[in-house]
Amino acid sequence: MTPTPSHDGLEPLKASDPDFWHLRESYTFDRNVIAEIRRAANTGIYRIRGWGAKRHLPTLDDLVFLGASMSRYPLEGYREACGTDVVIGEDRAERPVHLKIPVTIAGMSFGSLSAQAKEALGRGASAAGTSTTTGDGGMTEEERQHSATLVYQYLPSRYGMNPDHLRVADAIEVVVGQGAKPGGGGMLLGQKITERVAEMRTLPEGIDQRSACRHPDWTGPDDLEIKIGELREITDWQVPIYVKVGAARPYYDTALAVKAGADAVVVDGMQGGTAATQDVFIEHVGIPTLAAIGESVRALRELGVHRREVKLIVAGGIRSGADVAKALALGADAASIGTAALIAIGDNDPAYEAEYRALGTSAGFWEDFQAGNDPVGITTQDSDLSARLDPVLAGRRLANYLQVLTIETQILARANGKSHVLNLEPEDLAALTVEAAAMAKVPLAGTNWVPGVD
Amino acid sequence: MSGPARVFDLSEVGRRDLNQALHDASDGDSFEVTNPRGAHAVACGITAEIDVLVRGSVGYYCAGMHKRGRVLVEGNASTGLAENIMSGLVHITGNATMSAGATGCGGLVVVGGNAGARCGISMKGVDIVVGGNVGHMSAFMAQAGNLVVCGDAAADLGDSIYEAQIFVRGDVESLGADCIEKEMRPTHVETLSRLLVAAAAVPAVNGADPADFRRYGSARRLYNFTIDDVDALEAAQEAA
Repeated sequence: MTPTPSHDGLEPLKASDPDFWHLRESYTFDRNVIAEIRRAANTGIYRIRGWGAKRHLPTLDDLVFLGASMSRYPLEGYREACGTDVVIGEDRAERPVHLKIPVTIAGMSFGSLSAQAKEALGRGASAAGTSTTTGDGGMTEEERQHSATLVYQYLPSRYGMNPDHLRVADAIEVVVGQGAKPGGGGMLLGQKITERVAEMRTLPEGIDQRSACRHPDWTGPDDLEIKIGELREITDWQVPIYVKVGAARPYYDTALAVKAGADAVVVDGMQGGTAATQDVFIEHVGIPTLAAIGESVRALRELGVHRREVKLIVAGGIRSGADVAKALALGADAASIGTAALIAIGDNDPAYEAEYRALGTSAGFWEDFQAGNDPVGITTQDSDLSARLDPVLAGRRLANYLQVLTIETQILARANGKSHVLNLEPEDLAALTVEAAAMAKVPLAGTNWVPGVD
Repeated sequence: MSGPARVFDLSEVGRRDLNQALHDASDGDSFEVTNPRGAHAVACGITAEIDVLVRGSVGYYCAGMHKRGRVLVEGNASTGLAENIMSGLVHITGNATMSAGATGCGGLVVVGGNAGARCGISMKGVDIVVGGNVGHMSAFMAQAGNLVVCGDAAADLGDSIYEAQIFVRGDVESLGADCIEKEMRPTHVETLSRLLVAAAAVPAVNGADPADFRRYGSARRLYNFTIDDVDALEAAQEAA
């Protein structure tokens, strides 16, 4: 992104200027919109960026927990146990996945992230007792080495897809879509297709990679059932198989994933991040995480597998223990973090403000993960930049953050009298807005009203 | 340890028993599979230097993710034959439906008859020889390796192709985006000759003359985005 040109060298008008109050910014054509039209007119190419949806959306913040009262008694913090473990794939896999905490690290590729960033994610997750996930581009040795539990993504592009890696994975995640772009394939621009990345993906160096958006050898849920059968045969039924979908039609997508034989369904809302996608896709395709959870749970309940054979992992804009606890209360078995994990290891660190300014942005706004010049060394393949990230320290930050998410989740569970975080339930929640009440199907606070439900 | 082929009759034992036996096998072992009756994922995930003979037609993903050894199918195969093959040989005498050899990284896939749509889709180094025709969008986004077609190719051959090469003896209905005909140089004749010899067990391939084939590959026009910069142009014009 090139820095926005100044106003012919002048500062924008300030409120102290008498002319200021004659200026009325259009809601329709605000300065963001004008800048984007000017950018499009200059370059002739759509905007590509990282991160997830940035617009205002109904979120889990629009829900509150009711807490304990006359009829429900709370558990003592620190003294009374509140379990946090989750098991995935007990029903079919010889080696189910055991997570100590209900938070996992979402799929992010080596290629989009530096080797140091991948190592930091592995170290942090392993210390906290949870899993990391590969991405579009295969599994690296470092990644396997530093991740106690590693989920291997099986993607449309099949870049770096190696059956030997499949056999050393602790779970397989068949990726149908992701929240940032349900229906879109991956992108990795030339700046990041270095020699090592090109070799792993069997691509020419320096090309602007646009990955396939459909799997090459199956179409639709009936084929997927056969594909999952093949993956189980190749791995001798050892490990669980997840299916990841972007939040599009979560009720049907979840039901079809169950029918196809998934041990876990990963539903990624539109706030879910990406390393590089068309802005128009990020902001305009998919539904918010809040709206997706209940629909997925409804499908699992109707099929009789909820909290039993098939687990639900929810992703997309998860930031705090409150988000995790609310997702669990709505019926998820675990939440998954991507953007928040990157922030925990150093993304958008204000210590690099001068360098962000030189790139035409500022700490807190950096989103050009595709550009390959990330000052903090996370979303880059530049060896000098990536060397800035200390994987041991960054891993420790992530472990700390995961611990905070877990303890916050326990605080809320105990407040609602639950001895395990998975005992949280929709009845523990109320909605603050009519939209949230309708989307999450919990009553508007102070009423018994769930819009759309008799 | 080699010996007589162990026989698995799939009308009596399940594919799980078959595949587990293949995964537990030692180099030099041989197996025969009877009555496959269109079963899916037959002989997938093989890692040892073994021989597997399948007598009859198979369903999806036969010899999927094949790593070593040889699988010969006397019959037809459905979708995803030898998908993501890494090395070794997978040969079927009959026809293959969609996505034969999809995403294959190495080794050789031989189809005696015709192959359906998207043969060699996203191939990453595998060699594929088809005795008959291939369906539409074959070698779609093909990254590396060689696709040899002794018959005709249907529409949109090699759409969005990267560095893979396509050799076709018959007619090409149409080429996909960024796929063009290219000159057949000695190195390509050499590659093609080697593959025709490797697949000579197929009657339609045996004795084929490399001179009868034409070569197709990437025009490399889609490798990078086309990005304009009108501001810079304007600044340059003002400076001049």
